[in-house]
Amino acid sequence: MLETTALQRKATLSPPLDTRYHVETPEGIDLPLRPAGLMVRALAFAIDLGLRGLILGVLFVVLAFLGKLGAGLGSILLFAVSWWYMVLFEVLNQGRSPGKQWMGLRVVHDDGTPVGWSASLLRNLLRFVDLLPFGYFLGAICCLHHPTFKRLGDLAAGTLVIYREQPLARPQLPDAPPQRPAFALTLTEQRAILGFAERQGELSAARVNELASILAQPLQVSEPRAVVELNGIARGLLGPA
Amino acid sequence: MKQSLFENRHQAEWTQFSLMLEQLERGKETTRIASFPKDYRRLCHQLALAQERGYSSFLIDSLQQQVLRGHQQLYRHRSRLGANVLGFILADFPRLVREQWRFVLAAGLMFFGSLIGFALLVYLFPDLVYNLIPAEQISEMQSMYDPVAGHLGRSAQRAASEDWVMFGYYIMHNIGIAFQTFASGILFGLGSVFFLFFNGLMIGAVAGHLTHIGYGQTFWSFVIGHGAFELSAIALAGAAGLQLGWALIAPGRLPRAEALRLAARKSVLLICGVMLFLLIAAFIEAYWSSMTVPTPMTKYLVGAALWVLMATYLLFAGRTRHAPE
Repeated sequence: MLETTALQRKATLSPPLDTRYHVETPEGIDLPLRPAGLMVRALAFAIDLGLRGLILGVLFVVLAFLGKLGAGLGSILLFAVSWWYMVLFEVLNQGRSPGKQWMGLRVVHDDGTPVGWSASLLRNLLRFVDLLPFGYFLGAICCLHHPTFKRLGDLAAGTLVIYREQPLARPQLPDAPPQRPAFALTLTEQRAILGFAERQGELSAARVNELASILAQPLQVSEPRAVVELNGIARGLLGPA
Repeated sequence: MKQSLFENRHQAEWTQFSLMLEQLERGKETTRIASFPKDYRRLCHQLALAQERGYSSFLIDSLQQQVLRGHQQLYRHRSRLGANVLGFILADFPRLVREQWRFVLAAGLMFFGSLIGFALLVYLFPDLVYNLIPAEQISEMQSMYDPVAGHLGRSAQRAASEDWVMFGYYIMHNIGIAFQTFASGILFGLGSVFFLFFNGLMIGAVAGHLTHIGYGQTFWSFVIGHGAFELSAIALAGAAGLQLGWALIAPGRLPRAEALRLAARKSVLLICGVMLFLLIAAFIEAYWSSMTVPTPMTKYLVGAALWVLMATYLLFAGRTRHAPE
């Protein structure tokens, strides 16, 4: 049996089933962030690793022609690339190393602000411990265990790897004559009906009918008419009716 | 108010705001920046209204995105590292070292204790060195500091033109060790303790062995100069690591994660100082210690002066209230 009773206004919200992490701003707004899990972070790291290998390979070929000076520069560069590659990209490129950029991730502080020098340096220095005893073992364990997928470096630095927000496209609402609902709707019911109308384009016709028919009885319409009725109510909620 | 009316009324503001955000994110100076906090708070009001009135997900999500971007611009942390490097070098770093004196003392005792202890042990019981260090490494060390060879440093074929090579090598090698010593401290301090002991053991054993076989003059005159900065840097990196570990062992009234975060914020500043020390050390090692022209006596004097300088800096710099910042 589907339980759809809306929550009372002052009721505490049940913890969300997804992994969203809420940052409360000083303005009293809850901003949801979406922490990135182990797999996508591992992929981003693999891309970065490959890229670093490529950079070093090219540099060493070039430096080999410079002889002794090249060898000195080479070891400085090896140091710079292996310890500073992540830090420089994260701080100067809005929390995104090339791998993270590719996978649509970014690093932020726990409060949602862009990552700074000290936090980035810290999380990347502690990468050394996350690597122990082999192949990111500690980091992976810690990441899987933590509700927002932090590895040890993230814990100490107070940082979070999140999915970047993608720009939203305005959904096309299906055509229907705007209507007033037959009875007063609670906020959650309003959001549910608007959500149904906005996401209709992504669902198959059969599924749309199936969902709408659940509400046929309370709306007091026949099951095939339920979709049009709901779209009408959604239109009515949005604009003049 | 219906959603379409609400959207029509504020659409112009939102477009304006997102333009402003784009300019801020690209780091451009804008003339409209003064109005940014006000506009941002207005947007927060509108988001709260939209949520409370049950407007559609599309509107709320896009407002939320805008607010998040605004939040990131308005509340972005001003970096403490890049801002005043000079103030950090002149006052903040030595102050921090003195503030954390317990960890510095503990790490110093571990590192220098094991260094001196093993140096004495190996000097008194010379055969012990073969139990501590692989034989080929010992012979390599011996050829490096052979007084007859006439030059110093990593390789027997060392020439002045190679200073560059060694400078790069020292930076990579030493800062790498310091970073490891620091980072492994998060394992309840055990990693830092291990690396402090281990590095002390290696250096001490080599020092004891070379002194015993009579290469003391070349060895000590070579290492004394840069040792001031290099060895104290390793000890300080260990202190920073111990600080991390201690936050986990005895977090006090805070949750462990929170205690770790606070300790880490301080220890990363220590690490910045350590990097500075190691850069200085690498410079001295590559360009001064390897010189064969000055007599050992000069080198000892300069080396002693560097040790005094380092100790004075850590103990006394930044004590006055009105330190230059």
